[in-house]
Amino acid sequence: MIQYIARRILLMIPTLFVISLISFAIIQLPPGDFLTSYVAQLRTQGESIDAAQIEALEEQYGLNQPIYVQYWKWISGILLRGDWGRSFEWGRPVGELIWDRIGLTMMISLLTILLSWAIAIPAGVYAATHQYSFADYLMSFISFFGLGTPSFLVALIALWVGLAVFGVNISGLYSERFINEPWSTAKVLDMLSRIWLPIVVLAIDNTASVIRTLRANLLDELSKPYVETARAKGVRETALIWKYPVRVALNPFFSTVGWTLAALVSGETLVSVVLSYQTSGPLLLRALTSQDMYLAGSFILLLSTLTVIGTLLSDILLAWVDPRIRLEG
Amino acid sequence: MIDTRPPLIEVEDLKTYFYLDEGVVRAVDGVSFTIRRGQTVGVVGESGCGKSITARSIMQIVRPPGRIVSGSIRLHREPTAADRPGDVVEITRMDPMSKEMRLIRGGEISMVFQEPMTSLSPVHTVGSQIIEAITLHQPVSREDARRLTIEIFSKVGMQQPARTIDRYPHQLSGGMRQRAMIAMALSCNPSLLIADEPTTALDVTTEAQILQLMRNLQKELGMAIMFITHNLGVVAQMTEIVFVMYMGRVVETATVDDLFYDPKHPYTRLLLRSIPKLGSKAAGTAPRLESIRGTVPHPYAIPKGCPFHPRCGDMIPGVCDVVDPPLVKIGDSQEVRCHLYTPANAPGSGEVIPLTTT
Ligand SMILES: Nc1ncnc2c1ncn2[C@@H]1O[C@H](COP(=O)(O)OP(=O)(O)OP(=O)(O)O)[C@@H](O)[C@H]1O
Ligand SMILES: [Mg+2]
Repeated sequence: MIQYIARRILLMIPTLFVISLISFAIIQLPPGDFLTSYVAQLRTQGESIDAAQIEALEEQYGLNQPIYVQYWKWISGILLRGDWGRSFEWGRPVGELIWDRIGLTMMISLLTILLSWAIAIPAGVYAATHQYSFADYLMSFISFFGLGTPSFLVALIALWVGLAVFGVNISGLYSERFINEPWSTAKVLDMLSRIWLPIVVLAIDNTASVIRTLRANLLDELSKPYVETARAKGVRETALIWKYPVRVALNPFFSTVGWTLAALVSGETLVSVVLSYQTSGPLLLRALTSQDMYLAGSFILLLSTLTVIGTLLSDILLAWVDPRIRLEG
Repeated sequence: MIDTRPPLIEVEDLKTYFYLDEGVVRAVDGVSFTIRRGQTVGVVGESGCGKSITARSIMQIVRPPGRIVSGSIRLHREPTAADRPGDVVEITRMDPMSKEMRLIRGGEISMVFQEPMTSLSPVHTVGSQIIEAITLHQPVSREDARRLTIEIFSKVGMQQPARTIDRYPHQLSGGMRQRAMIAMALSCNPSLLIADEPTTALDVTTEAQILQLMRNLQKELGMAIMFITHNLGVVAQMTEIVFVMYMGRVVETATVDDLFYDPKHPYTRLLLRSIPKLGSKAAGTAPRLESIRGTVPHPYAIPKGCPFHPRCGDMIPGVCDVVDPPLVKIGDSQEVRCHLYTPANAPGSGEVIPLTTT
C-alpha cells in the first residue's frame, strides 16, 4: 500500500510540471510583457513611476532574461516564498486574492459532492433493486431532466423564484449588511444560510449522474454469483444488498472524486457568476477577460494542482476500499 | 433393495416458471423426487433442462421474473427423541424473505455453485464471508467463529488455514476458492448440500481432488448431497441414485448401477451413448461420439405429448406425440416416464422393448 502511494506521488511530479508550464505559458500569452502594460496603466492613472522602480521589477521577474529563467523565477517564487506575482487590476499580490476564494470554492464543491451522494446512493440502490417499478421510472425521468438542464439556468430560475415569489434577493454570498464586514460568527451564519443554494443547484447534475451510473453498476453486480452465494447463506436481503453488491458498485465513485471535483469547480464558475458570489470562478473569469495574467495563471495552476491532488486522494481511497487494486499494487 | 433411510427432502409436482415478456418459460414443470437422509443423489440432463432452477427452488432463491408456481417441497427435520418423529416443514409455503426460511438457507440446506471465481465477494476476505455464515446460524462469538473457520479450512484441505482466512478470493487458485466455498457450505452442518456443477470450471486434476474431498466429507459428516452435473463419469463416482431431467421434468430415476447397465428411457440411453468410452480412442476404433439428435425444443414451445418425442428414435406415432406419458415404476427403485413401458404398449410385462438403433 505504501509502495503504491509512493509510486502515485512520484507520478504526480511530471504532471504538475506540465501544468506549471501551461500556466506559465498563459501568463506569457498577451503581446508585450506585463510590465509595459503595468507602467502604461499607471501612467494613464496619472501616477508616475521612476526608472529605478521599473528596473527593480524587471530584475525581480527576470524580464530581460531568457524565457526559462523567467519561468524559474516565477515557479521558485511560488514554491520557495509563496510569491504568486501581482495582480495589476487589483493592485495587490495574487496570493492575497486567491486563498479565500479557493477555500470557498472547495467548500462548495465538497459539500456538493456530499449532498449529491447522500441523495443519489439510496436513490440509485432503490432504483436498481426495484427495476422497472414506478419509482425507478420516475427517478430515470428526473435524472434525465437534471442532466439536461444546465446549472446556471437552474440558478437563474432560483433567483427569479426568490425575487418573484418570496420577494428576497438570494444572490450574493452574504446579506448586504455583511459585505464589507470582517469575518464574525454572525457573518458565517449568514453565509451558511445562503450557501445551500449554490450547493443544491450544483448537486442536481451530480446527483442525476450518480443515480444513473450507480443504477447501471448495481444492476450488473446484482446478477453476479457472489450475491447469490450470500443469499444462499441466509443473509437478510437488505443487509446483503448493501454489504456486497452496493459495496462493489460504489468503487468507481471513489476513483472519480478527483474528476468530479474538477467538473464541479468549472460548473461552480457559471453558477457563481449568476448568483454573484465571491468565489474563485468569477475572479478567474474576470482575470482572463482583463488579461490580468498573473492572477489568471496562478488560478489555473492552483486549481489544476488541487485536481491532481484530488485524483491522487481518490486513487488512494479506491486502493483502500478495493483489495484487488491494493494487493496487486 | 429398498432404502430404509428416512426421507429428508420430498419434492412433489414442483413447478417453477419464468414470466417473460416473450412468454412463460416452464423451467421446472412438475418435478417429483425424494432425497433421503445421508443419500447422495445425482441430477443429470442437458443444459437448460432445469437442474439449477430445481436446486434454487429448494432454497427459495429463484429471482423474479421466476417463481415457484405450485407443488410442494417438504423438509423433514431430524427427530429430537427416538420415539418422536421430527418436524416436517413445507418450504413452498414459506415467505422466501422470512427469518424461518433464511435459517434453513445456509443452516439446514446449503449450496456450492459452479463458478468459484465469482461466487465469493471480491472485496471481502474469504474468512469474513465464512465467519458471517457461522455467526448467522450459530450462537457463537466472532472469535469462536474465526476459530471454527480455521478448523473447517483444515478439514477441506486448505493450505495454511490460519493465513488463508485473511486472504481475498483473487489471491487464491480456483481449487482453493472452491474449497473455501465448500467450507462455507459445510460450516453450519447442513443436512443437505446442493452442489451445482461444483467442478465444471476446474481442471481435471483439481476436479479429482475436489470430488475426493467431497466423498470424504460426506463419509465424515453424513449429510445428503444433491450433485448436479453434466458429467456422467462424476455421477458414477459420486452418487447412489440418479434423476435424469428433460425439459423441466424428471424422466427417469434409477440407481447408479441401473442407470449404466439397464437404462430405460430412450433419452437416458442416448445420454449414455454420448459419452466416449475410455480407451476406445487409443485403440483407434473410436465410434463417432454420438450426440443426441436435434436440440432441446424452444422453451416457449414445449411439444405436445411426451416432450422428447421429436428427438426419440422409438416414438410411437399417435401415442407419444399426443398423450403425456405417465410415470411407470419398474422394480423397487427405478421409475421412468415413457410410453414404451406402460402396460398398454408393453403388454404383460415390464420387459424392455427392443430399441431400434438410430
Ligand atoms: N433468469 C431467468 N430468466 C428466464 N429464464 C430463465 C432464467 N433462469 C433460467 N431460465 C430458464 O430456465 C430453464 C432452466 O434453467 P436451468 O438454469 O435450471 O438449467 P440447467 O439445467 O441448470 O442448465 P445448465 O446445465 O446449463 O446449468 C432454461 O430454459 C432457462 O432458459
Ligand atoms: Mg445449471
